[in-house]
Amino acid sequence: MESLLWLIPALPLAGFAINGLFGRKLGDRVVSVIGPGVVGAGFVLAAASFVSLRSMPSAERLLQQTLYNWLPAGEFSASIGFQLDPLSMTMVLVVTGVGFLIHLYSVGYMHGDGGYARYFAFLNLFTFAMLLLVMADNFLLLFVGWEGVGLCSYLLIGFWFEDQAKAEAGKKAFIVNRIGDFGFLLGIFLIFWTFGSVAFADVLPEAATRLTLGGDLAFWICLFLFVGAVGKSAQIPLFVWLPDAMAGPTPVSALIHAATMVTAGVYMVARAHALYEMAPQVLAVVAGIGAATALFAATIGIVQNDIKKVLAYSTISQLGYMFLGVGVAAFSAGIFHLVTHAFFKAVLFLGAGSVIHALHGEQDMRAMGGLKSKLPITYWTMLAATLAIAGVPPLAGFVSKDEILWRTWDGGHSVLWVIGFITAGLTAAYMFRLFFLTFHGSFRGTKDQWAHAHESPWSMTLPLVILGGLSVIGGWIGLPMALGQPLGGIANRFEGWLAPVFEAGEHAAHEPHAIPPIEYGLMTASVAIATLGILVAYWAYLRSPDLPGRVATRSRGVYTLLNGKYFVDELYDFLIVRPFYALSRFAWRVIDDGLIDGLGVGGTGALVKRGSRIVSRWETGYVQGYAVAFFGGVFAILAYYYLFR
Amino acid sequence: MVGPAHYITLSAVLFTIGVIGVLTRKNAIIVFMAIEIMLNAANLALVTFAMTIGDVAGLIMVLLVMAVAAAEAAVGLAIIVAMFRHRETVNIEAFNVLRG
Amino acid sequence: MTGADVAFWILAAIAVGASLAVITNRNPVACVLFLVVAFFALAGLFITLHSHFLAAIQVIIYAGAIMVLFLFVIMLLNLGQQQWFDVSNNPLRVTAVVFGAGFLALLVGGGISGLAPTVRGPAAEISPDLLGSTGAVGAALYTAYFMPFITIALLLLLAMVGAVAIASRER
Repeated sequence: MESLLWLIPALPLAGFAINGLFGRKLGDRVVSVIGPGVVGAGFVLAAASFVSLRSMPSAERLLQQTLYNWLPAGEFSASIGFQLDPLSMTMVLVVTGVGFLIHLYSVGYMHGDGGYARYFAFLNLFTFAMLLLVMADNFLLLFVGWEGVGLCSYLLIGFWFEDQAKAEAGKKAFIVNRIGDFGFLLGIFLIFWTFGSVAFADVLPEAATRLTLGGDLAFWICLFLFVGAVGKSAQIPLFVWLPDAMAGPTPVSALIHAATMVTAGVYMVARAHALYEMAPQVLAVVAGIGAATALFAATIGIVQNDIKKVLAYSTISQLGYMFLGVGVAAFSAGIFHLVTHAFFKAVLFLGAGSVIHALHGEQDMRAMGGLKSKLPITYWTMLAATLAIAGVPPLAGFVSKDEILWRTWDGGHSVLWVIGFITAGLTAAYMFRLFFLTFHGSFRGTKDQWAHAHESPWSMTLPLVILGGLSVIGGWIGLPMALGQPLGGIANRFEGWLAPVFEAGEHAAHEPHAIPPIEYGLMTASVAIATLGILVAYWAYLRSPDLPGRVATRSRGVYTLLNGKYFVDELYDFLIVRPFYALSRFAWRVIDDGLIDGLGVGGTGALVKRGSRIVSRWETGYVQGYAVAFFGGVFAILAYYYLFR
Repeated sequence: MVGPAHYITLSAVLFTIGVIGVLTRKNAIIVFMAIEIMLNAANLALVTFAMTIGDVAGLIMVLLVMAVAAAEAAVGLAIIVAMFRHRETVNIEAFNVLRG
Repeated sequence: MTGADVAFWILAAIAVGASLAVITNRNPVACVLFLVVAFFALAGLFITLHSHFLAAIQVIIYAGAIMVLFLFVIMLLNLGQQQWFDVSNNPLRVTAVVFGAGFLALLVGGGISGLAPTVRGPAAEISPDLLGSTGAVGAALYTAYFMPFITIALLLLLAMVGAVAIASRER
């Protein structure tokens, strides 16, 4: 099995090559098989690796394969190598599993699109890059995958590039990501400088010996790495690209901007946990930003009218939860939420896609309503996912989110717990607002749309069902001890699975121990506020639908602020984009045109011209003039020798 | 007592006169004559040195210089004749086609 | 002041005077005639230096052949009086004179007159009469300096051919 590790990323890469180069010739039907097929095959291999890992004793669970030494450069060397330990195994299963289902969904969603083959090529390329990212055994290869997913994000967001706005959205995503990547690179440089290598096997075990706890080096390394995560995972202040990224096809939003790419930042922090444990201040920063982003995004999401924008802000918010988790050193909790989020967020996006598909491109929720009768499968799966994200037990979202909140409180970060608590309520509220507006009430669109609305084909509904089911039961593998023990001593299987990776920072929670009663109290509180949120949404959007309008008019200022997304984009435009354009224009007009072209190129030409005009005056064609000059020279030489020697 | 120094000085004077003639006159033929003056000044110097150090090589050289001067005069005057045929004049200033 | 000295000074004066006349006279024919005078003076100076052979050659070749050639050409071109061009009166003339004067000053003041060449020849004791005689020159010419002699012959042939080629009319 170890020698076949390379196949897992290689298959999607082959898919990219085939679909990209020959897709148009092969036709849509062949592409529909190859595109999802390679990812499905990858999932099968991943499952086999999982079985293989499970059969190994817990402390030795590691599959490795080094392909070759990629960059031997003096003291630096990096190799193309893959490793599967429990952490990356988890990620690989999510990427290939959820990825396969979304590929399948795309077959139905993108049917008839002119760029069908191109779409699957890019999606395969993305899968390849993401697998590279999670299976890399050194920071540099991880960064290659990091950049690769960024590239594919750009390509897929701007998929319908004929629309200028969509192309701009792709550009924005890439550029903002770049800022984060710059920080990431600085972090990698510092790592190499400190440890002499970028391989995980060389860096992570040495972290405790080479870095001083709370010291400057650890601080800067971890901070720079986190900057990269902020860019990739859309936290404050680099989140602005994610809402715009909704310009891409909905399956892309589901796969890249919900389940996989945006979670790369969380993965990276978890992978480098040994480094982060040496820098508690940075962990505090991580948790703080995570919590703040969670609340911030939730407040924006509650007033958005585009269904995909709501989900985008919801993703930002849930990512904030994940960072809150890893920030309080609950690494496995953060990863657990990553996994469950992949399930229910994928359903939400795919379901939204189903709705949009049924209404022929309508995305404004104010033109929806009452679609329960028309789209039953979509309805039930989305209900499951919405309950999950709202944190209603015993669905997946409740288990993972609650684990994070408990760990936050247990670590002593009460303020952060409060923020997370409030956000949980807001989450329930805006998600059910979305649900009620879309599926309940009366339909507010055109008669034509209502007539044509129909359920999606099986290629789209099957993934919905599978993922919806996972949203319900997926949390049970990570059932906390607090619930597991009373139910008959069920251990937290997920945490136990990841324990060998995170040994130092986690207390052994998979052994029976006394549960403090406050844990139950907090659990009840979060369920309570979730229910409150659902009731508020129900009241505001079903019982008295004019209530939101009245509230908005009365608090016009707040409403404008929230609806305008706190005007962050405008702020960035003013502070950064405009000066940049001005600088570019200056560089163009003054430096390039004026200085280099005018002075440098043109100036040299003019200089030569003028100089030659002066010099050509010596060419009189008058021989005696030449002779005089000749003689003058002889005279000068003679004078020199006679007078000075 | 007239020694080699006087002869050499005379040679220098004649040479300078020849140079000034070359640089100053406009008529091509007269420029040529000035060149002949220069050559003769050189001959005088050569003979002086030959006699002073007793080497006959100097005298041989003078003979050769005279032969060359003759050849050069022949060819040069042929050129002047051709020049005259072209431009109907032997004014050097008229031959500035290479100007610019 | 011996007779040789007197001869030197007179001949020197004639040579310089005639040369000056050559470069300042407007009439080309007059210039030619003055140049002939200068050549004669030079021949006399050769005699005072005891190189009789060369004096003879000077008269025969320079005054006899080359100057005649010059005269032929001047007559051939039939330059009218308008074509006796003045000394050029542009700044070049001043420059040339200045340079010339400076040059002369350098040569003379620089110590050329104090030159005392080291005796390197076969024998400084050989009588100059013997040295400058036709026999001595001839002996050297046809033995040690044979190659230059042949080369000069070739050169004269070339000059002849060249002169004919340049001056002949195209048919």
